Amino acid sequence: MAYPTEYRYTKEHEWISADGKIGITDYAQSTLGDIVFVELPTVGAELKAGESFGTVESVKAVSDLYSPVNGKVLEINEALNSAPETVNSDANATWIIKAEFDAAQLESLLSAADYEKFISEETGH
Amino acid sequence: MVSDSGSVLRKTALNATHRALKAKMVDFGGWDMPVEYSGLVAEHMAVRTGVGLFDVSHMGDIQLRGPGSLAAVQKLLMNDASKLQVGQAHYSAMLTPEGTFVDDVVLHKLSDNDYLIVINAGTREKDEQWIRKTIGSMPSVHINNFSDMYTQLAIQGPKAIDVLRKLTDVDLDSIKNYWFQWGKVCGLYNVLVARTGYTGEDGFEIYIPSDEATSARVWNEILEAGAEFGIVPCGLGARNTLRLESAMALYGHEISDEINVFEAGLGRYCKLDKESDFVGKETLAAIQRDGGPHRKLVGLETIDRGIARDGYAVFDVEGKEQVGYVTSGSPSPFLKKNIALAYVPLHLAEIGTEVAVQVRSSMVKSKVVPLPFYKKPKKTT
Repeated sequence: MAYPTEYRYTKEHEWISADGKIGITDYAQSTLGDIVFVELPTVGAELKAGESFGTVESVKAVSDLYSPVNGKVLEINEALNSAPETVNSDANATWIIKAEFDAAQLESLLSAADYEKFISEETGH
Repeated sequence: MVSDSGSVLRKTALNATHRALKAKMVDFGGWDMPVEYSGLVAEHMAVRTGVGLFDVSHMGDIQLRGPGSLAAVQKLLMNDASKLQVGQAHYSAMLTPEGTFVDDVVLHKLSDNDYLIVINAGTREKDEQWIRKTIGSMPSVHINNFSDMYTQLAIQGPKAIDVLRKLTDVDLDSIKNYWFQWGKVCGLYNVLVARTGYTGEDGFEIYIPSDEATSARVWNEILEAGAEFGIVPCGLGARNTLRLESAMALYGHEISDEINVFEAGLGRYCKLDKESDFVGKETLAAIQRDGGPHRKLVGLETIDRGIARDGYAVFDVEGKEQVGYVTSGSPSPFLKKNIALAYVPLHLAEIGTEVAVQVRSSMVKSKVVPLPFYKKPKKTT
């Protein structure tokens, strides 16, 4: 699995890019399995770090999406309404929302290396 | 590896085989079982359109043997075993005195004095205790727990017969649905081959010795023989969505010791008119006399966007009052709809009735649809 080094990560398995795109990690999509539904927030909704802004559902499970940062929803990826499975095929390139936020918050998030270490500890591999 | 309850997870003889295939493993009722291999949807579709292979060795097998075995089975189970012929099986259940479920089972009549009860994995210990308590004092019947002696494999799907035909001398075409025969499979003698399963498809369940080497060999031979038919190993994830589309009950969801036979819509397997008394009969007869159950298991299809999941609340269509709850719910990989089984009061059980399911913060409009959601196509040949 691949974790781009230019992204930052959360322990809840989201990634965020410097320009505010937020998605779920390759590990998260693979754990969820076939994704069939992404519940998107509305543009302008407030984001609070660590709080849910939507859900992603696979055939077998539903999982909350947690915001990595405080901010506001700038844009939502409406293509996911008709093709949620793109999250499975390319989790790193498939953003779910774009956030307006203070970039200083990125520093407190996990680097790709930290995140990989975290999931290897979590899964015991 | 440790389960949620802190005890060591039990493993089937195929555990290493599943791991070698890189299956995702989960704690399933205290068992370390594969939930999926290549992907739930692909596995599901393989069973609907081709063939899939399941390890269901975690299921339990209790044998009742001896001249008193029929009387014991009749007291223990709600269906009428006196109607079974040697070589035949049927769906049945062990009930509490309240007419609710201890477990649902498949009963096989091996010979006139020999019955095999297949029970659920998560309820194995409880079931065995229940069986011993219920019939322990009855004469001329021996109770044997063979659960750990067999690896049970399910080959399911319209092409299951083509795969198994290559590996056995049993005349599979002569086995009717819910009948079984003994024969040679993969070089092993006296293998029980039953035309049963839990997917709503045609298929077979076979019982082979539970040692690791034999189990792995047979598993691999089935996969090799099935390669030309596109066979895939399937996990419990697909098993669950397949059985849901077919509206088959799952213990702990549609049925439990708080749900009675009539509520679950399983009255056709409950023979109140059989000669022998059975546990639960009196209560169920009284419920029937008093006009039947007050709630019913129905099929729901969501109209609005949203997926009803196990345990979600069902409301009236205005979303004002909770009227029931979802027992199983999932997107249906084959039907491409979001389906659910739910308990609702009788007046909301009519086909076409609209209700609302609370999916997190929103009310998702849904309608009652006929069960099963999916029925296998009738054979034209």
